[in-house]
Amino acid sequence: MVDKMVNATIPEVSSTLPKVGSVLRMNLAEGQSSSSANFANEMIMESVGLQVHYGDFLAVRDVNLTIHKSEITALIGPSGCGKSTIIRCFNRMNDLIPSAKVGGNVFYKGIDLYGPEANSGEVRRRIGMVFQKPNPFPKSIYENVAFGPKVNGKPSKKETDEIVERSLKRAALWEEVKDRLKQSAFSLSGGQQQRLCIARALAVNPDVLLMDEPCSALDPIATARIEDLMAEIKTEYPIIIVTHNMQQAARVSDRTAFFNTEIGANATRPTGVLVEYDTTRKIFSNPSDTRTEQYISGRMG
Amino acid sequence: MSTVVTTEVMRADLRDTTSTSRKNWDKAFLGGLWVFTLLAIITLVVLIGTTLLKGFTRLNPSLLINFPSPFPEDAGIQAAIFGSIWVVVTSGLVSLLIALGTAIYLEEFADRKSRLNNLITINIQTLAGVPSIVFGILGLAFIARGWLSWGFTVGTASAVLTMMVLPVMIVSAREALKAVPSSLREGAFALGATRWQTIVKQVLPSAIPGLATGSILGVSRALGESAPLILLGALAYVSSNPSGLSSDYTVLPLVILKYTQEAQEEFQAVGAAAIIVLLVLLISLNMIAIVIRDKSRKSW
Repeated sequence: MVDKMVNATIPEVSSTLPKVGSVLRMNLAEGQSSSSANFANEMIMESVGLQVHYGDFLAVRDVNLTIHKSEITALIGPSGCGKSTIIRCFNRMNDLIPSAKVGGNVFYKGIDLYGPEANSGEVRRRIGMVFQKPNPFPKSIYENVAFGPKVNGKPSKKETDEIVERSLKRAALWEEVKDRLKQSAFSLSGGQQQRLCIARALAVNPDVLLMDEPCSALDPIATARIEDLMAEIKTEYPIIIVTHNMQQAARVSDRTAFFNTEIGANATRPTGVLVEYDTTRKIFSNPSDTRTEQYISGRMG
Repeated sequence: MSTVVTTEVMRADLRDTTSTSRKNWDKAFLGGLWVFTLLAIITLVVLIGTTLLKGFTRLNPSLLINFPSPFPEDAGIQAAIFGSIWVVVTSGLVSLLIALGTAIYLEEFADRKSRLNNLITINIQTLAGVPSIVFGILGLAFIARGWLSWGFTVGTASAVLTMMVLPVMIVSAREALKAVPSSLREGAFALGATRWQTIVKQVLPSAIPGLATGSILGVSRALGESAPLILLGALAYVSSNPSGLSSDYTVLPLVILKYTQEAQEEFQAVGAAAIIVLLVLLISLNMIAIVIRDKSRKSW
């Protein structure tokens, strides 16, 4: 059995090692775990000892995750366990909350996102995000998709047209909207709006896509479309998804991280912790931690 | 048939059990509310009605075209109309710029928890409640005379009205920015937009309805304001339109004050007609504010 997987043991080691070292270690470990073909995928992001405070309150601690190319990584767990807080560390969206303090490191291709070499705007361009509630801009469908390319450079009209068409096609929305690009984004249904937001994120050609409960405001049919879309684009855009829906995590993801809450020694409010991180198959069939097993079998949370 | 079903069920009693005295109280209370509402409406109707009756004989083009005159039948309010336009447009533009800048800083950049920003906010709220005559005294001491010595000019009047409407405009501009949902900002930031790009390209365009209504309401307050300008030379006999910021001026509310104080009934009629002109201007400004708000109302 390889259930004491690399992912659970690496953090302690890698927190003292530079990035390159941890990648190496990762690859070595992958060599041992021949049982999972997924693990051959190259690592693109890694969090090391990641923790977030809101003021004095420790919201989530010691999160060590590895994000791999061509994969969907799901973050699951009960409410308040810090899933959304963690996903927002991966593109520095927590910068916008003045009281939020991020500790530890998030590496993206060897660069610390919170280090001196990283600019928050560039980070967010490389690591796109789709939010819980569809949040199109109060503008036309075309302008929604064109906004990202426009703020990141000055593409010509022709280039912009191409980007808009390509992104909408990629988000499987082009056929539905190609004749009404000038109409308000609010004329679309909820599911279409969410696909528009995905198209908008893809328009700046990110390397990773973060999705914070992207289907929680959608009906089952719209949810299925988004899930199909995720499976389709994951080879180009690795995805990290926060979801409350365990079936969704089981359906779409390649790896799953289970978070839980615990009350610290001197704390009054619960702090989120990463309980277990492994392949989705392992988490849902043979989890190592009893808390994970209780949660996925519906006895907790 | 259906009766069989109803006999088997224990029937609920849903009849009205409210006591008669309680119902009477309800009626009396509603009646009281009506009386108060009617009182307000009747007062307004009487006021506008008597003004219309008094002023409609002078409500003709010569009122708008002529300058003041010793003869009531020739007296007009052109100088006051142009004076009001000068003062209101200048103070409106200046205060809009300052208010927008302040509101953007306080809403989008400032740390809400810092002591300094709390102090600024409290100050602005206090200033909004300062009587306008105090701004007039301030303007008289430091702008008309004293340091700046601009004299009794359009510039002085605009500066004082700017100070007066600024607090109100800042508060309403802040409300307009606050009403823009944060999901919009997040959406822009998540695409790599800078704070400035987010504000200019997403937040401000979405806040336009609120900003427009707020500033129009501020401007209409400046248009009807008379107290500070009494101190600042607007009560003078001005027989020409202003030609710039350093011109003499008068404004509609003060022309009204002047004419209604005259002993001759014919002059009082000119005052009443000027009131109607001012009312029409104010109502149109408010209508514009309402139209802008309704036209660009968006669902998020």
